[in-house]
Amino acid sequence: MQGTEPALQVTDLTAGYGPVHALRRVSLTVPAGAVVTVLGGNGAGKSTLLRAVSRTLRFHGGAVVSGTVSCGGRPLDGLPPDRVVAAGVSQVPEGRQVFARMTVEDNLRAGALGRRADRAARAAALRRVHALFPVLADRARQPAGLLSGGEQQMLAVGRALMARPELLLLDEPSLGLAPLMAARIADAIREINGQGTAVLLVEQNAALALRLASRAYVLEVGEVTLAGPAAELAASDEVRRRYLGVVDEDAAADAARARTEHPALSRWDPAAPGPRPRDRRQETR
Amino acid sequence: MSTFAEFLINGVSLGSIYALIALGFVVIFRATEVVNFAHASLLLAGGYVTAVLHDNLGFWFALLAGVAGAALVGAAVEFLVMRRHRGGDHSVLAIVTIGVDILLATELTRRIGTDILALGDPWGDGVVTFGPVTVAQTRIAALLAAALLITAFLLAFRYTSWGVAMRAAAENQETAALMGIRLGRVSLGAWAVAGALAAVAALFLTVFPTPGLERGTALAALKAFPAAILGGLDSTTGALVGGLLVGVTESLATGYQSDLAFLGRGIGDLAPYLVMVVVLLIRPAGLLGTKELARV
Repeated sequence: MQGTEPALQVTDLTAGYGPVHALRRVSLTVPAGAVVTVLGGNGAGKSTLLRAVSRTLRFHGGAVVSGTVSCGGRPLDGLPPDRVVAAGVSQVPEGRQVFARMTVEDNLRAGALGRRADRAARAAALRRVHALFPVLADRARQPAGLLSGGEQQMLAVGRALMARPELLLLDEPSLGLAPLMAARIADAIREINGQGTAVLLVEQNAALALRLASRAYVLEVGEVTLAGPAAELAASDEVRRRYLGVVDEDAAADAARARTEHPALSRWDPAAPGPRPRDRRQETR
Repeated sequence: MSTFAEFLINGVSLGSIYALIALGFVVIFRATEVVNFAHASLLLAGGYVTAVLHDNLGFWFALLAGVAGAALVGAAVEFLVMRRHRGGDHSVLAIVTIGVDILLATELTRRIGTDILALGDPWGDGVVTFGPVTVAQTRIAALLAAALLITAFLLAFRYTSWGVAMRAAAENQETAALMGIRLGRVSLGAWAVAGALAAVAALFLTVFPTPGLERGTALAALKAFPAAILGGLDSTTGALVGGLLVGVTESLATGYQSDLAFLGRGIGDLAPYLVMVVVLLIRPAGLLGTKELARV
């Protein structure tokens, strides 16, 4: 679609809130049609990165200090948020932020306001969203506030798709969702990407994100500390230890080995020999 | 009984005018979260333009000019004053509107002076008689015009893209911006619409039996303030209910003033505020307002 131009190119971006720099010289690339993920804990600067791209930092008293952001070769620097949407970049905000007092239908209409389109294009966008998330068609006339968390996330994604973006920014889409619902959202993201939309996925759920993405970045305290193909990062010890926890057998084995190698931990293990809290209680009796 | 019916019809008619003003008030509050204390001055400006132009243009074109003029003044206030402080503290902005109100009111008062200006409406002091009930034509016209405008407004609010953008911005400004909604344009539109509605209200606040447009007209317009508050500042339906409630209460209290002599004179002017206080004691968020929800 965009030829060889990347869907998103962030170069040496520094941004922050007043004197605090939440991002320091961050560079990343989302190739056209790819899914790229940014991992990191709370306060790593993930949301700041997305706000800098969608130009909504000022709502939080922040600003871009230096660096450039471009989308499909067009610079987004200094544009107001509506021009970013018009350039083909839509964001699904953290915590879904559906318009709770408006109906599902009107939420989707609001999503379509950012991009000039004729009636046919709008209807096609709506059909695409309804095909992805049939529940949004069933509940068209309900207030969005009455939907479940998973349905609200679907609505938030569907709303962003109504602007027919070339690049979709997702801020923690699995946050607060049951694992089954998170998996459904992941399937939807895969499908959206399959239809040609590039995705920048910011996640704390690294296991889910690394399965979806072809490339991953790790953001720590505002700086990119690791970058590479998602599969490589998923295999790296550091990412596993920090972001994956004990999600697969290898990591579980790692954890078990760690337990035996660090006897200090055995004190908290009921199966291990040595003085245990329970024993001590008996002694004091 | 027929006197009561007259009072009631006059009250509903007056109330529908208050509702027009309150609606503008609510629209600005929802779009920008700013309480607009300059609203009465917008109304006075609209009325003044109509009053000055009706000799030359004829009534209907003068009214149109008044509506356009008030919309323009509203838009100018937004563009020149509010826009510079957008994203600032809402209570600071509310106080800024008090400053704007003082400016506008001073200038208009200077121009109007002690005159009482006629708006040149075609109804004059004609009356309509239904059996034993006699109602001024102006009251009927006011009721019809208000009903028409309010219906048109509510339909637009519900079904047009403008309405969707307005409601989205009212719920969450940042998310609305993420959708590509231009907040500046939404806010500009809200001020213009509020001004236009206020100009129509100015006409009906100054026609028979009121003598005409004078400095005090702004005071009459202020009664829409309790109407908006008791309806719930962020509810369009609330503005209608509040407007009607205030209008009917005022009309009845004024009509039966002689029976309410123990409360002293001028209870009719006081009634709207009394109703507001009573309603707020029972329902602090207003009749249809959203309760303030804060996440801890």
